[in-house]
Amino acid sequence: MSGRILEIKDLKREFTMGVETVRALKGISFTVEAGEFVTIMGSSGSGKTTLLNILGCLDKPSIGDYLLDGVDVKKLSRDELAQLRNHKIGFVFQAYNLLPRTTALENVELPLLYNKDISSELRRERAIKALEAVKLADRHDHTPSQLSGGQQQRVAIARALVNEPVMILADEATGNLDSRTSYEIMALMQELNQTQGKTIVFVTHEPDIASFSSRTIMLRDGIIQKDTKNESPRSAREVLDNLPKRITFPTGF
Amino acid sequence: MVAIGQGSKQSIHDSLSNMGSNMITVSPASNLNGGVKISGSSFQTLTSKDIVALKREAQYITDISPSVSAKGQAINGAQNWPTTMSGVDPAYLDIRKLSLKDGIAFTEQDVLTSAKVCLIGQTVIDNLFPNQNPVGKVIRFGNIPFQIIGVLNPKGQNAFGQDQDDILIAPYTTVQKRILATIYYQNIYASASNEQVTDAAVTEMTNILRESHRLRSDEDNDFQVRTQEELINTLSSTSSLLTVLLTVIAGISLVIGGIGIMNIMYVSVTERTREIGLRMSIGARGKDILMQFLAEAVLISITGGIIGVLLGILSCRIVTLTLGWPTIISESSVVLSFIVCALTGIFFGYYPAQKASRLDPIEALRYE
Ligand SMILES: Nc1ncnc2c1ncn2[C@@H]1O[C@H](COP(=O)(O)OP(=O)(O)OP(=O)(O)O)[C@@H](O)[C@H]1O
Ligand SMILES: [Mg+2]
Repeated sequence: MSGRILEIKDLKREFTMGVETVRALKGISFTVEAGEFVTIMGSSGSGKTTLLNILGCLDKPSIGDYLLDGVDVKKLSRDELAQLRNHKIGFVFQAYNLLPRTTALENVELPLLYNKDISSELRRERAIKALEAVKLADRHDHTPSQLSGGQQQRVAIARALVNEPVMILADEATGNLDSRTSYEIMALMQELNQTQGKTIVFVTHEPDIASFSSRTIMLRDGIIQKDTKNESPRSAREVLDNLPKRITFPTGF
Repeated sequence: MVAIGQGSKQSIHDSLSNMGSNMITVSPASNLNGGVKISGSSFQTLTSKDIVALKREAQYITDISPSVSAKGQAINGAQNWPTTMSGVDPAYLDIRKLSLKDGIAFTEQDVLTSAKVCLIGQTVIDNLFPNQNPVGKVIRFGNIPFQIIGVLNPKGQNAFGQDQDDILIAPYTTVQKRILATIYYQNIYASASNEQVTDAAVTEMTNILRESHRLRSDEDNDFQVRTQEELINTLSSTSSLLTVLLTVIAGISLVIGGIGIMNIMYVSVTERTREIGLRMSIGARGKDILMQFLAEAVLISITGGIIGVLLGILSCRIVTLTLGWPTIISESSVVLSFIVCALTGIFFGYYPAQKASRLDPIEALRYE
């Protein structure tokens, strides 16, 4: 996988609320190459989510161009955008957004239900593989309420992987998790990025989390304040290994 | 409900045909008499003269019988029972398709002599002669002793729910002279030689009776000639009205049920806004969401339909068992009710489903 996954040029997004106009993005340009692991940082209200929604084709820019994997998104209809999301993008949300009372496997299969080219056998096969990739092969039949927060987020990541997207978009995917579980998620992200070459765009508040990525874009009031390459990202795996072991109680306690 | 309507229609038709579909009834009719309309039954226009004229001139009819009836108490020793005694000609049994289970019928001779003999119906037997053979026994009716010479085969209820077995049948002369003391008849029964000529027979009888009553051409009939066919039509239309009425009630229930479905679907759409947002973000198009919610609405309404049909069959059974009303569950009404259920689901589920399909994915995902 090589080439330019996304390219945005002078992107602006304004929200009109009655007479007031909120300018959430005020002209943003950057490109992301295949295989990059980009984190987007910035204070609250700086426009991170707004940007990610546009990158994920859930929203359209007011002004500016957006090319996703060579496709000009501006020209597409609502249904075509849905198809594009289905084929090229995997979303991971802060709140997991798994279907309740539905097994992990069925949750992972969900995106493929909206792809008519995929038979039910292939769908199952791919979902099983995706769950293996997030190390939940033994949790097929568990429903979200039977899984921990970290496990639920891993199911959500498997769901984002199952359609073999060109890019994974995550909005504060570790925001609801403790630091240990966050590192586990980041270790998984790094693994997907390094071994499978997945392109990842990851929105976060925490500089700690950003240090695992190969590039960090700082937003401030709707413009790019800083765009820095990280030549030697930390390894989340190593950080995890150096963490004190979980407190285990002696038996009989 | 449709089953009850159709059932009653069918039963009316059956029971009337059972009475003899080529039977013709003549009854005295109200006539404008100095501007005062008098009710038919109290009007006395039919006499033996009419019978004679009909017997002499009518060609399309085979059997003819006058009829008079008296209400009274039938007494056997300590037992007594209020019933009706019909005074008729022996031909009446053929016209009404009555038959005897036991004993013999009375004859022309009995009519001539006003014999005090009678035939007895099952209901009267049950009340006056429990577990006995009544043939040959004597009962009193209107203080006059009658000898029972025959037992009628049971006929059950007629279309109006009257018990046709609660009856005594005697020669009409006996009832006229010994009980009612009248020279008039209450009805004349006749049967057309076959079903095709009933209309011709009606016209013929009307002409003969007009002549016999010496009515001028500008005068209205003072009697009424009716065929079973007319009766069937009148009653069927009443029962069609019943079917329509029940269908309207069913329709109203359907609308109420439909609004219920709409409500459930609205709640479902609102509760699952985040799910809709998620599905859209992973590639569901508007029409995928629309189809999903429509399918759910149809599922709900078809489930309701299955329960409804089962309850319907059950209540039809109960109605037939307890009230004795006949019901017909036709395949078409079951199939129709499923189609109607599915359509109700689609119709009332469409608006909520459309609302779901038009949600903005970003806002839906953010919905709390
Ligand atoms: N639908 C909307 N209508 C109006 N204003 C909006 C809308 N969405 C976002 N905004 C505004 O755009 C600006 C950027 O919002 P955004 O959600 O992108 O911030 P963020 O960087 O994701 O913040 P946080 O870190 O708190 O999630 C904010 O001022 C917000 O009020
Ligand atoms: Mg945000």
